[in-house]
Amino acid sequence: MPYTEGAPISDQRVPAGPIETRWDRRRFSARLVNPANRRNRSVIVVGTGLAGGSAAATLGELGYRVKSFCYQDSPRRAHSIAAQGGINAAKNYRNDGDSVHRLFYDTVKGGDFRSRESNVHRLAQISVEIIDQCVAQGVPFAREYGGLLDTRSFGGAQVSRTFYARGQTGQQLLLGAYQALERQVAAGRVEMHPRTEMLDLVVVDGRARGIVVRDLVSGAVSTHFADAVVLATGGYGNVFHLSTNAKGCNATAIWRAHRRGALFANPCFTQIHPTCIPISGDHQSKLTLMSESLRNDGRVWVPRDPHDTRAPNDIPEADRDYFLERMYPAFGNLVPRDIASRAAKNISDEKRGVHLDFADAIARLGTPAVEQRYGNLFEMYQRITGDDPYRTPMRIYPAVHYTMGGLWVDYDLRSTIPGLYVIGEANFSDHGANRLGASALMQGLADGYFVLPGVIGDYLADAPFDPVDDHHPAVADTVSEVRGRVKTLLAVDGDRTVESFHRELGRLMWDECGMERNEAGLRKALERIPELREEFWQRVKVPGTGERLNQELEKAGRVADFFELAELMCVDALHREESCGGHFRSESQTPDGEALRDDANFSYVAAWEYTGVGQPPVLHKEELVFEHVTPSTRSYS
Amino acid sequence: MKLTLRIWRQSGATGRLVEYVVDDLSPDMSFLEALDVLNERLITTGQEPVAFDHDCREGICGMCGMMINGMAHGPERATTACQLHLRHFRDGDVVTVEPWRAEPFPVVRDLVVDRSAFDRIVAAGGYISVPTGSAPDAHATPVPKPDADTAFEAAACIGCGACVAACPNGSAMLFTAAKATHLGVLPQGQPERYSRARDMVAEHDAAGFGGCTNTGECTSACPKGIPLTTIARLNADLLRAHTTRSDR
Repeated sequence: MPYTEGAPISDQRVPAGPIETRWDRRRFSARLVNPANRRNRSVIVVGTGLAGGSAAATLGELGYRVKSFCYQDSPRRAHSIAAQGGINAAKNYRNDGDSVHRLFYDTVKGGDFRSRESNVHRLAQISVEIIDQCVAQGVPFAREYGGLLDTRSFGGAQVSRTFYARGQTGQQLLLGAYQALERQVAAGRVEMHPRTEMLDLVVVDGRARGIVVRDLVSGAVSTHFADAVVLATGGYGNVFHLSTNAKGCNATAIWRAHRRGALFANPCFTQIHPTCIPISGDHQSKLTLMSESLRNDGRVWVPRDPHDTRAPNDIPEADRDYFLERMYPAFGNLVPRDIASRAAKNISDEKRGVHLDFADAIARLGTPAVEQRYGNLFEMYQRITGDDPYRTPMRIYPAVHYTMGGLWVDYDLRSTIPGLYVIGEANFSDHGANRLGASALMQGLADGYFVLPGVIGDYLADAPFDPVDDHHPAVADTVSEVRGRVKTLLAVDGDRTVESFHRELGRLMWDECGMERNEAGLRKALERIPELREEFWQRVKVPGTGERLNQELEKAGRVADFFELAELMCVDALHREESCGGHFRSESQTPDGEALRDDANFSYVAAWEYTGVGQPPVLHKEELVFEHVTPSTRSYS
Repeated sequence: MKLTLRIWRQSGATGRLVEYVVDDLSPDMSFLEALDVLNERLITTGQEPVAFDHDCREGICGMCGMMINGMAHGPERATTACQLHLRHFRDGDVVTVEPWRAEPFPVVRDLVVDRSAFDRIVAAGGYISVPTGSAPDAHATPVPKPDADTAFEAAACIGCGACVAACPNGSAMLFTAAKATHLGVLPQGQPERYSRARDMVAEHDAAGFGGCTNTGECTSACPKGIPLTTIARLNADLLRAHTTRSDR
């Protein structure tokens, strides 16, 4: 095995005692910074999605001096904006048996018992406050005729707890956070740096004290310092080249922090979303998700005969296999994503896809009602494929969507580097081995609005720390490394484009570390990735200079980091000789082909320590303790 | 299929249209994927690729935007450039591609413009002042469904700038009005309704956007179909803001 094992992680800073009051007690034990002192404490927040935007706004409201960074031209464009379906909250407005405990239970179970109970319980508790906050901000959630909020169901739940704003819930929640952020910008409490990319973390005397950034317009590399740094930079699905992530989504911030000492947890836990528009050709630049909410009314099927060449509408009922309803009668089309994706993969392939059919819903509810619920999604589908889903079933196939893994954090969302906090998709904390639908928005906002602002004072109470500036040796070294890297990327002047390398890496990862993994495939990937990485640094071609806007240069830096992360993902996937959630090892399955977990040997978080490019990482295990939900074989049938 | 792309290239204060023939295209590609194909070719032949803004490529982030044959986001109704597919063009078409043209949107490079003026308009008042933690229960204030729907329709704005690019006056009134309407029809947005309208419009004017003369080009170019009635609503709020107490 290409790794060594180090000391286990013993302290997650989780308060003892009843799980229901842990968050209260932690908030009480956390030291505070008095309001007059807060303006002398500074925090850098990188990323302006749901987690970063809400954190920067809230820290500004509390009176801290905040600097916020994003690579896009405006904080409003972070990829949270593309989240479609909804946000979970244990409001129980439906009186259908929901509760904080049920949301907690569903999330731990949905994550296939690979998440930390205390964090998930806190998430479920905070979920109700998020909805209140967002409604007060003017988020236009869907409403019933009586003026109250509407909800719908998502995968892995038997209650209706998902609040939504048509198929644009992420957009509306993000605009709420963005507006709160802009209010703080106007108030002078948040200094906004758009079109600015973090390229490294500054660690001085063991503490995260700042970041090195590149101004994407002028090309200038500079430093920013603060008392604490918060990374809210999202997931790393773009390692796979094709994913539902935005083109710019990247792992550079978390990967650079990992190289500076932050442990990276469960990197192999990636979510493949079952309902995406299939690839149409080699030119494909990204994949588009069709919201999970569609499975409330759409029925998934394939022709019984895989070689059936008839158009979907010409295939009679008797010749169709509604395989999710057949295999999982209790949850039907609303099984969790990992289960639906693997079932689709086992029954079809990338070329044929599976059908998502609304004929029954249209017959039952009428076209206007279906249009009201899913109109914008149907339009989007038609725009991309040229087919009309009101008339012919959608053709869909799974695609990379979300990464449950991320930087390791304790209960306070602090990484293993003091002063470095990681929130939202960028951390690993709440979703275990599989995230339930409508829980990403919940987690991003819980972390940013409530958790981080509730505990960061405990760290900032120790500030001010020794002043740092560009002359400090640690800072100067970091800056010169960043400059050197930019220079090298431009100097190679080879004969292959960044895109061609990214495409090749993505294909390799999709084939060997995608929906199904096995030892031989992962070993093959671990041989190929270093070769490809070497080749990248010999042959990549980046035109232009570093002294102004250079989008190829940006992309090159991101892909360079994907190579290193991809290797760690494969090491993690190879070492975890069990199947759980989105991580399916073909060697570990039940006789009916379901994931076979191995709790005796793998009931832990795998947190990896960096030791050098291509060097064996060190594994630190955080044992998972389940006191409130007993790990069992997940059953949705 | 083959397209002749005449693309605006600019690295300093001025630019020019440069013609590229791209012949290995497929009707299934998006317009941005056609630019990707061109850029791959430019890079491998040692030339600098065309700079253009884009991110989500699913029509929601608002990052992409360009004039395609003189139309903001191209010829398809309610479609962003990233969602525009080549099946809407004919083999052999000549297509002119330019950046948004408006004084408050200076060109950064090629097709990339600076739209930070939009952020400043929102910062001037495009929010409801509700610090985290201060919210009442979500069901404390029911919102009539028609109001919620009107708010949503306006809130769907993606801030791409097509309205400005399409407007003969270079006005950003549709963008400003969309936000004022979204927040102004909801009960939560009432306390700041009039000051919001006043402050956002003041910032709009200060940024150098032109005045609105109701030509309606904005709404027909808008990829999200934000209705022109939002502007009427904003004007009504603005009038009230200027004719009542100065603190409103």
